[in-house]
Amino acid sequence: MNIIRYRTPELSAWTPFDRLSPLRELLDSAYRLAGSAGSRGWAPVLDVYEDADKVTVKVELAGMKKEDFDIALEDGALTVSGRREGESRDSFRSERFYGSFSRTVALPAPVRPDDVKAAYEDGILTVVLHKAEDAKPKKITIS
Amino acid sequence: MSQIATCESRPATAERVEYTIPAVNLRHDEDGYTLEVEMPGVSKSGVEITFDDGKLTVAGQRAKSEALGKAVYAESAGHGFRRVFDLDPSIDPEKISASIDQGLLTVRLSKAEASKQRKIALG
Repeated sequence: MNIIRYRTPELSAWTPFDRLSPLRELLDSAYRLAGSAGSRGWAPVLDVYEDADKVTVKVELAGMKKEDFDIALEDGALTVSGRREGESRDSFRSERFYGSFSRTVALPAPVRPDDVKAAYEDGILTVVLHKAEDAKPKKITIS
Repeated sequence: MSQIATCESRPATAERVEYTIPAVNLRHDEDGYTLEVEMPGVSKSGVEITFDDGKLTVAGQRAKSEALGKAVYAESAGHGFRRVFDLDPSIDPEKISASIDQGLLTVRLSKAEASKQRKIALG
């Protein structure tokens, strides 16, 4: 039975041709280390997508309420934290995780802090961050 | 040569479909069981629950997500969920009910009246 993926989401699923991925992986593991120090937490699965004008972060967390999330943007890194309420003690099979969690991810581009939208639907938290003007690709016309 | 007896009839040309095994919690009480299955990304229309030959199959298909650009960082497997459970024979298959809220599927499995605990009075 493979349920391991929920406990320690692997970092190996990077886009293999991304030159910066080893660096980002290192940075991210440092963030995680700082974030989890002293607390016994768990980590939900997270995806980051990027297109010309926005960065989208998706976190998979089934069975939460939207009030239970904390989303913070600081120094080009997005942190999603919260608490999943529940009790697994009375279960005779318990694979779900409860309690506090926190995930921080370095964003691939500078974003506008005043233009961040978050939605929670079907157990997936989606945070859409719009890129700062100077981070967007520019078209240069030949004069 | 002995034949592998349990090989189910599957068309040889079938495409390989991958599933994630969802995390579950199972609670037991006097009247039956409550099964919680984590299926983030699955809405009500994507859930399929079947009961056959003492086995409960729970499957969830993720809704197609819009194109969000290049994946910078991808941990989610992206495919659907599927898991098969052997059911306690005392469960009444007619009384299986389920609901899904924020990707958490809750299945209630009630025991048949005949197999519920009862007090026996001394005659």
